[in-house]
Amino acid sequence: MSETLLELRDVTRTFELSQGVFRRAATLTAVAGVSLKVRRGEVFALVGESGSGKTTLAKMLLGLLPPTSGEILIGGTPISARDRVAVSRRVQPIFQDPYSSLNPRKSVAQLIALPLVVHGVGDGTERRAKVLEMLDLVGLSRRHYDAYPGQLSGGQRQRVAIARALILRPEVVICDEPTSALDVSVQAQILNLLLDLKRELGLTYFFISHNLAVVEHLADRVAVMYLGRFVEERSRAGLFASPRHPYTRALLQSVLTPDPDLGVPDTRIGATMAGSDTGCPFHPRCPSAIDICRTAAPPLRALPDGWATCHLVETQEAEPVP
Amino acid sequence: MALLEVDNLRVNFALSDGMLHAVRGVSFSLERGETLAIVGESGSGKSMTSLALMNLLPKRATRRADRLVFDGIDLTAAPEARMRSLRGNRMAMIFQEPMTSLNPSYTIGNQLAEALRTHRAVSAAAARDRAVHLLDKVGIPSAAQRLNQYPHQLSGGLRQRVMIAMALMCGPDLIIADEPTTALDVTIQAQILHLLADLKNEFGMAMILISHDLGVVARVADKVAVMYAGEVVESAASRPLFKAPRHPYTRGLLNCIPVPGRTAPGAPLGAIPGQAPTLIGAQRGCAFRDRCAFAAAECEGDIPFVAVAPGHHARCIRLNALEAAA
Repeated sequence: MSETLLELRDVTRTFELSQGVFRRAATLTAVAGVSLKVRRGEVFALVGESGSGKTTLAKMLLGLLPPTSGEILIGGTPISARDRVAVSRRVQPIFQDPYSSLNPRKSVAQLIALPLVVHGVGDGTERRAKVLEMLDLVGLSRRHYDAYPGQLSGGQRQRVAIARALILRPEVVICDEPTSALDVSVQAQILNLLLDLKRELGLTYFFISHNLAVVEHLADRVAVMYLGRFVEERSRAGLFASPRHPYTRALLQSVLTPDPDLGVPDTRIGATMAGSDTGCPFHPRCPSAIDICRTAAPPLRALPDGWATCHLVETQEAEPVP
Repeated sequence: MALLEVDNLRVNFALSDGMLHAVRGVSFSLERGETLAIVGESGSGKSMTSLALMNLLPKRATRRADRLVFDGIDLTAAPEARMRSLRGNRMAMIFQEPMTSLNPSYTIGNQLAEALRTHRAVSAAAARDRAVHLLDKVGIPSAAQRLNQYPHQLSGGLRQRVMIAMALMCGPDLIIADEPTTALDVTIQAQILHLLADLKNEFGMAMILISHDLGVVARVADKVAVMYAGEVVESAASRPLFKAPRHPYTRGLLNCIPVPGRTAPGAPLGAIPGQAPTLIGAQRGCAFRDRCAFAAAECEGDIPFVAVAPGHHARCIRLNALEAAA
């Protein structure tokens, strides 16, 4: 088993929401006591609905947002002790929308070389050579060197974003929905590229997505997040074969494969992301909730390949996912 | 008689660098109670097709069609006043972004009532009752209280339901849903699709579903038209289209998506190389030929839309080569 590259220890992040001048600010807990370990060379996927705290977690991993409490370690060193520039050498992001993540007034060469400039790496000639090397690596032609984002398609823009993220040879890449803004045929090209680059450069991916078919395709481990908490963390094979948390099961049932013989599944959970201060945070939506779920916080149940937090994990056998 | 008949629909834009052929000869028909899905990637012309039906195209676009008939009404000859009386009334549209299509400065109740009272001489109280009834129908809890809320007070899923309720206010014969679930989470997507199917069955509506999501289309549509570069390249009932696709583009699209059990984790996905051609200027031959592994010299000529089975058509003259390779 390879070393732990990225670790979160009981990380919490809260935000103060103003309720007006004369009212006390309300506290929103975006991430609540999350612990995780990402090993070098693996793809760790994080799934959950919008508002579950995925992006807040990603921002903390990038050093863009400090945790309210808890610790984030890269290679065993807490990142609170480093500055953001040092973190960005080792951790780089790829964002969802290549239309808004690239400055339209910078050329492709300037965009890709920016991390080198920020870190003062190399002179003009060396940077040019590095950018050309990156263009080859991500499958862009050298004639794109002087192009502007406006002249590129969505897939080409995402390749530029990938080249920019990788030019400093980071160890971890935080991919926040990297293909969800792209067309189906382009999405496949980018996913293939990400997998090739991972093998070629020995990268570690922290992959955030709501597309479970994509996660099943490329993840090694999967964590499911609900209202700021991890509710299940498993190996890819284990999670998709026998999901143990009712929320995971509902998510998996919602995946629509292109099979005309199947209808639209009924997940039997409510539409709105409801939480609860007492008991299990998922119980207002849970189709299997029993009395104890409304009063007591669910225990962390260990499984052979991970864990799940649910009162019912021991008693229920996983139903097969159609 | 079919509820909607479209024959050789064309949409052009006069741009400074030439004529953009956004929709190139699209034909289909739709019966009452039937769901047609139009599938395609961005720029394929699927949204322009739906806007052309509603006569909601941007000003610089021109629309032509040999036939565009909705329930016996010739839409190509209908004056704008006639179109206004149909839109929102007998043909309604659900857009992708509920946040941009609801007016942020009016309450939900106000906007729902307006949708009905624009077309029907009903009292405010009657419009309100219908709004509550439909909000309830689309699964919005405590519907009556919601009427006084503003769009920003609702979640994305609830706003999309409000959009659906609004489209249903007049009991339309045809609903055009343009990516109705793309902006939503998967759990909510399933619920909205359920709802649309239930409503379609209950009210006998016909539906045109515009989507790029093959999973959604396979589960919801009765028949499917695949669009590429402004043309329908393949059309069939849902089952044969997904089980036995014939056009190389349809096959390519289906190979692009990871399907559990079919694609091995981590294995390369089928990708379609290159990108869609520009539609500016005169178009000739198969638009897909530059990306197609089966392309030959003959693909530069005119490509007929041939029947490959009853009710199943494909715009390809290399089908025999494809079958031989399979």
